[in-house]
Amino acid sequence: MAQSLRENLQTVADPVHLQSTVEEVFGTMLGAQCEMVPCTGAVASETITSVVGFGGILTGACVFRCDSGTALVIAARLTGMSFTDLDDTVKDAIGEICNMLAGAWKGKVPDLSAQCGLSIPAVITGSNYNIHVQAPEFRLHHCYRFEGSHFEVTIICDGLQ
Amino acid sequence: MSEIRVLIVDDSSVMRKIVERALRQAGLDPLVVLEAGSGVEGLDALRNNAVQLILSDINMPSMDGLEFLRQLRAQKLADGVPVVMITTESSEEHVRQAIQSGAQGYIRKPFTAEQVKERVLPLLAA
Repeated sequence: MAQSLRENLQTVADPVHLQSTVEEVFGTMLGAQCEMVPCTGAVASETITSVVGFGGILTGACVFRCDSGTALVIAARLTGMSFTDLDDTVKDAIGEICNMLAGAWKGKVPDLSAQCGLSIPAVITGSNYNIHVQAPEFRLHHCYRFEGSHFEVTIICDGLQ
Repeated sequence: MSEIRVLIVDDSSVMRKIVERALRQAGLDPLVVLEAGSGVEGLDALRNNAVQLILSDINMPSMDGLEFLRQLRAQKLADGVPVVMITTESSEEHVRQAIQSGAQGYIRKPFTAEQVKERVLPLLAA
């Protein structure tokens, strides 16, 4: 009999999946090598956050956050264009990065891939805000650096079958 | 060489640009790209324009890519035109649904220009 996702929690919550997902998405789409760095807790004055929800046998979200300078670099590398402010195209680019991270991450676990859907990305810009989830089943939080730019990726799971 | 007309359906304008760039890197030239931000817009575009290839996302608001594909076939729009799905959804079940709905190809995001070339060129040559 197949194990439930909860019985497979160790596999689902394995940080290696998130790390390989980030390397895959940034390597393939931006040609960028990312280095995982310690999360310091320091928050830039203006940040952009994209959230893609998970629904189905796992509920929760993939959250991508970076400062505005990093967002401009990511959008430029994705599109081949240059940007000077957080316009709609830059927000769209950050939403797409989060979408690909969420999809590639859930694709690492076969049961999740088939039975967990993704929401359309939501993008938040501003300063001095936090995203809270009460009592998550598990939370993975990684910080990365590439070519002088920094970003954070968080997987929050608040329900598991 | 005569121009190649392609419809790209994706709610993300950035992703539409990325796909267009990959098609140009694949050597499709001269290339004319029509863009649609949803399945509904995609169907509208096909009522007034002929294309030789359709690339569509799956997760989109208002009408998703699978419903777009079903409507496309049911309404006999773009008869015989190959459709390739480009999506973050990569499970066997999603691929099966796409093929059953009438897709000829499937590309998982993230993707390289080389992968787009490998999937698309044989369909245009057929």
